[in-house]
Amino acid sequence: MTEAAIIQVEDLRKHYGAVRAVDGISFAVARGSTCALLGGNGAGKTTTIAMLLGLLLPTAGRIQILGEEIPRHRHRVLPRMNFSSPYMDLPQRLTVNENLTVYARLYGVRRIRERLAALGQELDIEAFFKRPYGSLSAGQKTRVALAKALLNEPEILLLDEPTASLDPDTADRMRSILTAYRDRSGATLLLASHNMSEVERLCDQVIMLRAGHIVAAGAPRELIHRYGRKDMEEVFLDIARGIRDGEVLA
Amino acid sequence: MIAVSPQRIAALALRYLYLLRSSWIRIVELAYWPTVQMILWGFITQYLASHSTVIHQAGGLLLSAVLLWDVLFRSQLGLSVVFFEEMHARNLGQLFISPLQPIEMVLALMLVSLARTLIGVGVAVLLAIPFYRFNLFQLGLPLAGFFLNLVLMGWAIGLLVAALVLRFGMGAESIAWAAIFAIAPLCGIYYPIATLPDWLQPLSWLLPASHVFEGMRSVLLAQTFRLDDLLYALVLNAGYLALGISVFLAAIDKARERGSLLQSGE
Repeated sequence: MTEAAIIQVEDLRKHYGAVRAVDGISFAVARGSTCALLGGNGAGKTTTIAMLLGLLLPTAGRIQILGEEIPRHRHRVLPRMNFSSPYMDLPQRLTVNENLTVYARLYGVRRIRERLAALGQELDIEAFFKRPYGSLSAGQKTRVALAKALLNEPEILLLDEPTASLDPDTADRMRSILTAYRDRSGATLLLASHNMSEVERLCDQVIMLRAGHIVAAGAPRELIHRYGRKDMEEVFLDIARGIRDGEVLA
Repeated sequence: MIAVSPQRIAALALRYLYLLRSSWIRIVELAYWPTVQMILWGFITQYLASHSTVIHQAGGLLLSAVLLWDVLFRSQLGLSVVFFEEMHARNLGQLFISPLQPIEMVLALMLVSLARTLIGVGVAVLLAIPFYRFNLFQLGLPLAGFFLNLVLMGWAIGLLVAALVLRFGMGAESIAWAAIFAIAPLCGIYYPIATLPDWLQPLSWLLPASHVFEGMRSVLLAQTFRLDDLLYALVLNAGYLALGISVFLAAIDKARERGSLLQSGE
């Protein structure tokens, strides 16, 4: 295992009977870096993230985060991590403020009011603090979910499509917030995304998944060069369509 | 092993408090059924008092029984229904990626169930005083033992029901309402266990509630408190509660294996 790596994954597998959602992947994510898990629908991105969070038990393989074995010692690590996904809801009937207060307490955040005020300002969600979460638009919910994910100032932030449902302006602002947070805190970001310009802008490492396997990995520029394409969008299409380094994958 | 955190338990309990206060209908609903039951059985008691020597001898028999039965029912429902709220809200994934430990969730659910039971049954108990001049507290100190045992049994069943729904999905939600009624005839709520057929009685004595209701009749009819009944019920409850907690925690582990914590919902 690499010493500087904050996330280490070795031969990780998740099988559901004959279905191999993740099939023997290994990778490492360096502390302070931003890594993207890319791939088409069903490639194994969300399954991998769920296993990193201890929400899903692997069939085989090893995960080490912040030096702790996952899922066995996940409770030692979870206070130092967080996750945001537009596909995971918060209680609809609770207001934004109530939801964030509950999670702040669960994460043991000190000075909750000050923390919520700062996040409210940073993510521009103060105006709907008193509104029920269920009454928000998809974009507003995404911002609240990100606020929840930043509550404990995590050392590792996992993001599933962080700018899905956001208009271009808000999405750009979110990316700036994430970059600023990473630079300020030295946090490690691991994100699954379908937005390739986002990946090019945020990430210094990309892991391409297809049918539960890693089919390519490296820095965005390196992959663009290797595939002989002009941007990550084209690289992504090559991989999704089964072309690797100019050859069609089996 | 990470220590159980009272702060996290309180945080989750706060989530349910927020939910409860978000709608006055939810608060009214808590007390509605216990009160309706109390009113119904109050009238039945008044009618039977002039026709039955047993009811005449101990007028509070049926009302005590119905209120104590509601303690059992509400504590079970208070635990399982509150857990279902998380499934409906698709919030289980968020909770289990937070530092919250499953055992802390169990303890928070118990705390909330206790609060809901006290509010729901408490209103009915207090209203029975002006309505029928019946005071459940006349049972004296044994009432605390009866209450404790019924709440513990309600939690055990509530956890088993929650585990079943976690395993089989929200389609199995109706079990929460039906489960306890399946054992009601065996508990001897309104009649002595001796009324049951001989072959059913040993089964009935395996239920802590049977000992509570027998104990209640003993206090009301014979003015004697059967400590042995209470202790036997406590021993049984310790076993059932351990079983309920183990099955619930195993269901969460199984959900982790199947990936259903991410998708749980309607």
